[in-house]
This record gives sequence, structure tokens and C-alpha cells, in this order.
Amino acid sequence: MSSNGSQPDDSATGGTRRPVRITDTTLRDGSHAMSHQFTEAQVRATVHALDAAGVEVVEVTHGDGLGGSSFNYGFSHTNEIDLIRAAVEEATQATIAVLLVPGIGTMDDLRQARAVGAGIARVATHCTEADVSVQHFGLAKSLGMETVGFLMMSHRTDPANLARQARIMADAGADCVYVVDSAGALVLGDAQERVKAVFDEIGHQAQVGFHGHQNLSLGVANSVLAFQTGARQIDGSLCALGAGAGNSPTEVLAATFDHLGVTTGVDVGGVLDAAEEVVRPYLPRWPKADRTAIVQGWAGVYSSFLLHAEHAAERYGVPAHEILQRAGEAGYVGGQEDMLIDIALQLSQERDLAATGAR
Amino acid sequence: MRTALTKALAAIVGPGNIGTDLLAKLRRSNDIEVGYVVGIMESEGLERARALGVEASAGGVDLLLDRPVLPSKVLDATYAKAHPAAAPRFAEAGIVAIDLTPAAVGPLVSPPVNFRDHVAAPNINMISCGAQATVPIVHAVSSVVRVDYAEIVASVASKSAGPGTRANIDEFTHTTSRAVRELGGATRGKAIIVLNPVEPPMIMRDTVFCSIPADADRDAVTASIERRVAEVQEYVPGYTLRNAPQYDEPREQWGGNGRVAVFLEVRGAGDYLPEYAGNLDIMTAAAARVGELVAREKASVTA
Repeated sequence: MSSNGSQPDDSATGGTRRPVRITDTTLRDGSHAMSHQFTEAQVRATVHALDAAGVEVVEVTHGDGLGGSSFNYGFSHTNEIDLIRAAVEEATQATIAVLLVPGIGTMDDLRQARAVGAGIARVATHCTEADVSVQHFGLAKSLGMETVGFLMMSHRTDPANLARQARIMADAGADCVYVVDSAGALVLGDAQERVKAVFDEIGHQAQVGFHGHQNLSLGVANSVLAFQTGARQIDGSLCALGAGAGNSPTEVLAATFDHLGVTTGVDVGGVLDAAEEVVRPYLPRWPKADRTAIVQGWAGVYSSFLLHAEHAAERYGVPAHEILQRAGEAGYVGGQEDMLIDIALQLSQERDLAATGAR
Repeated sequence: MRTALTKALAAIVGPGNIGTDLLAKLRRSNDIEVGYVVGIMESEGLERARALGVEASAGGVDLLLDRPVLPSKVLDATYAKAHPAAAPRFAEAGIVAIDLTPAAVGPLVSPPVNFRDHVAAPNINMISCGAQATVPIVHAVSSVVRVDYAEIVASVASKSAGPGTRANIDEFTHTTSRAVRELGGATRGKAIIVLNPVEPPMIMRDTVFCSIPADADRDAVTASIERRVAEVQEYVPGYTLRNAPQYDEPREQWGGNGRVAVFLEVRGAGDYLPEYAGNLDIMTAAAARVGELVAREKASVTA
């Protein structure tokens, strides 16, 4: 096994041959924190730095996946297909991945992404709805792409059911299935037992991955536990750029796995430079576990709701963390950003009613 | 003059949950009498129909077309793959087909939007649940102001999304966005569907976003939306606005347009399907509505 990034040993379909492959999602999950305003220049600089640092997979898409540019999730500054094309041009060894959420994006979108050179299709569903992804995996495979299944909001179901859902994706053609902690709500053992259940179910035919968020500051710790339980693919973002309190930082993951003596192929100095010199200058704000983000992890709310809740809070004069708390109680899932406006309206009506009653 | 004696004879093909709910709705109709329910195998649905005194058979379309008295209309609640084969046979027999599958053999119809354009169509397609819930609103907005872009988000309970929908979710996206443009009157359209597994199941929710010109008359837009909601309520009583339409100021990112957002809840009538499954109810209610409108049209022509 190679100990540096020079061997393109992950480019064949079927996943990685390394003990751990880090997938950087600065340019996809980070798109949420950027309100989907990435420019081509930012994408090129970020891909260039990640590629040079030996990161083998770089995800580039609207935060809500292909076709996500919309009123509901926010319009992209630059068409994502143009950004994917630019990323492919910039990469010398890295493979460009795209996210597709069935119900938001379509197979036509995936064909377009493939046509400009995307190599990995990551198909995401809510953790109990894997069967909506079957035809998308079929298409990705027929297009010759490596495939990843993405079970979002994994805290919302128990390990046994999560394993059954992973089985659906693996049978549909997923080379790897991720336990995705979209809400940053999994606490150590919660993450570990889900990874274990999925690994026990599909480990002999597909790899297992983990995608963590920092809402409870456990993204990296959960990722290490996931690796120790069998996960081979781990997601991160430079400077944690991502939804909620951000993602497991790629540079921290690289340093931590290096410290553990686990080969990822990533040059720690290279990703530290990429974070500090390329991404930090364009950060709108450094993602952190502030009150609203912590409430997301605590109440189990989809991390991408953060900025949408803040906008609705400002528009209707109600607290963002209360909107998110309600979203958690209602059990809203990824994609239901419109409901945050509905909740804000309810809260403002309740407030007005209370004010009237007090008079 | 319509009386019980002049009710039009109809058949339901496909005795599943949708077919059973349709039967429950049409039994209340003053315009339609369901004479037959057919499937392709013995099922609980056929038993349910028989229990209500309706002739029900596993003989399928063959048996239906062999009846001594043919229905004047069929409501097809089978599958996208089954309808195209049956459609020409219904047409040949002079039977109007109201198609609840996504096959889209005939024109896409939303009762308050464009039924009048297709009064005499031999085959009418009911589009999708999301379209039935949202296209009337897009159309209400585009009747008052220019809509460059409309986007709809349909949230449905996981339990109400059947295997057909799940196996081909892109079909929903394509058909619904097409209807947002062609029937709704938006220049560009986008449709999003989200399945939510929360327990107890969530009642269907739909959000409609339309771009509107910076100088749009908001009161006129709101009035048009409210009138349209009342029209849909005539056949889906649980179709309601959660809040008043919400207006956002024009933004450069929106091509200088402003935006209206409409938040809808669709609670089903709970005839056979559960109340939360407003997505299924609005399909059966709209199909029953079209059946009644066609029957009244024929009755007024022959009278």
C-alpha cells in the first residue's frame, strides 16, 4: 500500500484500497455555509490545494445536491455543472464526486455531471427511505461511476433498521454506504453502534463510511470510532466549512489519523496550508458551535437548516434556536427548509397572541 | 335535470387502496354510479367492493369490456405500465378514461385550471399528487401577474408513498414540473418531493414559491390565491392555507423579481385512506371531480 498520494489506487470503482480515504466536502457541504455563492475561482483554488495535498476525493455540488439551486435551498451563484467542470480540470489525481438527493435532483442532472467528468456519485436519502435511490445507483453504475450511498439523519433510526436500509443501497449498486450524522447528534457510542450494524450487514460486499458534524463537537471523535469499527471512507471539510457548526475538519482528520499511524495518503502540512491560506480568506464566518448550532445537535435537527432558520428568524423577529427546536420536535427531515418559514410564522403569531393577552 | 336515474355508469380499474378510496367518494356522487370494480386477481379490494354491493371481478379489462352494459367512463387506478395498453381499448369502446397513473396518455388536467379545455377528451390524466395540490395555486398567481419561475415543494408521509412512487421518484419531479409550466403558466418550473417518516405521520404539506414582478399588485395576487383555494375546497375540504401568502422584496439574485410563498396543508377526507395521506386523497378527489364534471357535461348535451 502506498503511503503517499501519488498512487491513484482509489480510481477504480469499488471504493478505496487504503485503510482510510478522506473525502473532502468543502465544496459541497461547505456550500451551505457559503449560501451557495461559490465562485469558479474559489473552487479552482480549493481543488488545486486539496489535490496537491493528496486528498483523493473532492465533492463539488450545490449543498443540497445536484439541482439544489432553488428558492427553497438558495440559488447558486455559479451553475454547479460549470463548477464541477472547473474542478475536474483542476484535479490531477483527485476524483470529483457529486451529491444527488432523489426528489431534489434527477438522473438527468447526474448525466450532466458525468458528462463534465464527475467520477463518483453519492446518492443521499433520509435514513429510512433508501428505496428511492435504486434507479439512481443503477444509472451511476451504467455511467461507469464509483458509487456511495448516503443515509442522512442516521440518528433518527436504530442501528438494525439503518443496516437494513444500507442493504437496500448496497444491493442497488452502492460501493460504500455512509452513516451520515447530518444533525451532529450522534454521541460516540451512538455513531459506533450504527457503523457496526451497517458494517456487519454489508461489510463483505461494500465499504462503510462516516460523515460527521461538529454541533456537539464530536465529528472527529466519532470519525475515529467509525474507523475503529470498520469504516474506510471519512468525510471532512477544510476549516469545518459546512452546515450547522460545520463538518469534521479535513485538516484535523488528517492530523489525527496520521497521529494514529493510519495511512490516508493526505499530506497533513498540505491540508493545513489549504485550510489556512485558501479557505480561511473566503470564510463568511468560521463555523462554530454557537447556541443555534448546539440546539441542532441537541434536538437532532438537520444542520443545513441553520442559515435558513437565521433568515426566517430575522424576517419574522423570532429566535432562530426556537425555530430549530420546533423543527426537531416536528421531526422535519432534510429538504423541508420551507417548513422553517412556517414555524417562524407560527412563533410570531403565538408571540402576538401572548402580547394581546397580556394587555 | 339530473336525478338518480340519470347517473352515469362508471367502472374502477385497480381495486387497491386508491381504487377503494375512489369508490367511497363516488358512492356519495349525484352524477356517477360505480357499476363495476375490476382487478387482475382476487384481492381484499374486490371483497370490499362486493361488500358494498358493487359487481367486482378479477377478470380485468377483458371482462369489463365484455359486459352487456358498458360504463361510460373508467377510472384507472392501476400502474403507469398498465394504462397505455388499456387506453386504446377504452377509447375504441367509447369509454372516457380518467387516468390516475403517471402514464400521461391523455392531457394533464387539474379540475379548476383546465378542465374546460378538455371537456371532450377521451382520456384525461390526473398528473401527480403534488401537481393537484400546487398547480392550481401557480395558475392563480400567473392569472394575475407574470411568473418567470415557480417552484413547488411537496412533503408527504413516508407511509403514503407507495412502491411505484419510490421506484421512480424522478417521474414525479418531471411530470410535476411540466405541469407547473404547462398548466400553471410559469415560464420555468421546478418540483421537489420530500418523504418524511415521522410518527404519527405528517399531513401532506405543499409550499408554492412564485417569482412575481417587482411592481406586482400583492392584494390582487392574494385575492386570486384565496379564490382558488376555495374552488379546490369544493372537492378537497381539507385543502387549506396555513398562513396568508408571504411576500418577499425583489432581489437581484431573483432577476429583479419579488416572490410570493404559499403554504398549504392537504388533509384527506379519511374515506378509506387515512387523513394524513392528503397526497392520495387529492388524487382520488380530483379524479372523482373530473368524472362528475364529464358526466354533467354529457348529461347537459343529451338533455
